[in-house]
Amino acid sequence: MKTSFTVNGSPFSIDLDPRVTLLDALRDHLNLTGSKKGCDHGQCGACTVLVDGRRINACLSLAVMHDGDEITTVEGLSEDGRSPLQSAFVRHDGMQCGYCTPGQLCSATAVFREIAEGWPSHVSETLDGPYALTREELAERMSGNICRCSCYPGINAAILETAEEDAGYAEAAE
Amino acid sequence: MKPFDYQRPDTLSGAHGAARDGATFIAGGTNLIDLMKLEVMAPDTLIDISRLGLDRIVPHGDGLHVGATVTNSDLAADMRIRRDYPVLARALLAGASGQLRNKATTGGNLLQRTRCPYFYDTATPCNKRSPGSGCAALGGEMRNHAVLGTSEHCVALHPSDMAVAMRALDVTVEVEGADGTRSETALDDFYRLPGDRPDQETTLDAGDLITGVILPAPFGGRQTYRKVRDRASYAFALVSVAATVRMENDRISNVALAFGGIGTRPWRDPDVEDLLTGETPTTALFEKAGDILMKDAVLREGLEFKDTLVRRLLTATLTEMTQ
Repeated sequence: MKTSFTVNGSPFSIDLDPRVTLLDALRDHLNLTGSKKGCDHGQCGACTVLVDGRRINACLSLAVMHDGDEITTVEGLSEDGRSPLQSAFVRHDGMQCGYCTPGQLCSATAVFREIAEGWPSHVSETLDGPYALTREELAERMSGNICRCSCYPGINAAILETAEEDAGYAEAAE
Repeated sequence: MKPFDYQRPDTLSGAHGAARDGATFIAGGTNLIDLMKLEVMAPDTLIDISRLGLDRIVPHGDGLHVGATVTNSDLAADMRIRRDYPVLARALLAGASGQLRNKATTGGNLLQRTRCPYFYDTATPCNKRSPGSGCAALGGEMRNHAVLGTSEHCVALHPSDMAVAMRALDVTVEVEGADGTRSETALDDFYRLPGDRPDQETTLDAGDLITGVILPAPFGGRQTYRKVRDRASYAFALVSVAATVRMENDRISNVALAFGGIGTRPWRDPDVEDLLTGETPTTALFEKAGDILMKDAVLREGLEFKDTLVRRLLTATLTEMTQ
């Protein structure tokens, strides 16, 4: 089935079996292998990508259902792989094997936006916001991304530091 | 995954036209695609209902009409839900992960299948997956299983958090039949008990499409959703409770309690609410409510802990809410 979508700003039109997940379309048809296949069942978050700015598990979505969508993978988060968040991951040693890292980066990017839009979380004390990205909020909001090397101290430090330094995020959250 | 035809109609009538025997609707797909990968479900035809304009939340009488494809994220973030139906926002936020809530929809959440591991394991018998084949959970390992509403054919648990809150809120499910006829079913009447046909989970007929959920006028009062699970986040409930309480002159004037993690469907017991209504809140009263709630519970091996856990959750929640 002919399917067209934009990935990292570039338009693609590909012919796909409807069984192909968005993750497999990205990796096997577009050779964008940054997004990783961990569990392939939505439990680990390694496949997290952004669709129209929102994070989803690309493994649990059929590619044909994304006709017309704008998709961002880890390859599209920055031109040189050195966005403030990516650089913070390097600085804080936010990975060991690195397999979960693309998903962590995409997920955290979406968390910044969700905080800025005033979305509450399970651990938020009130439902009316606004919310700050505390350590507790971060742990809850990133619970869909597992790191089996357990590099959470570095991952958390990198995300929290980026959140603090991102003026746009802070302003929007006010 | 077994091959299937994929269709993406852009109108409701188109969706009905595409629906036929064996056709399955897909919206978020977070549960369905998972089950299709495991070949627990193998529909011949998938009808994508994500572009039918069912993704809006609009006023409906004194309440709200929530479209079937409104995502769990959007529903939880909606200011009207947060202000007027906080128990629902809390239940949604207690479920799944940020990624899943962005895809999972209102209708799909109501229809999600049990997480019983034997239902997922096609190498074992399961009356829900394959009627008449037997139940591997009975005599197997049990933890995420039901203690109320079970039968000798099935002990599978309804896993939703959202539906538990909706049961406490007395929502109505709006359904459009294959011939375009609209009907409304109270959520209390929407889920079947397993009996000897655990594969038939709801009162929906073949071709029926959930178009939305109707929330009644806001209840007000105090509302909460409490969930106990094996880890702090991203796990199904061992037990949970959605509670709405109104107090008058230090007495409970109105209360609704729905439970997750204990029943084959989101569980609500009118006898529990009758006992509490009009009474002065005391620990003894709450403990008696626990006795009534659990009077018909069948505590199979491995599930005994749920009896203690749900009673304590009930007492703790009502104590906090009636202070």
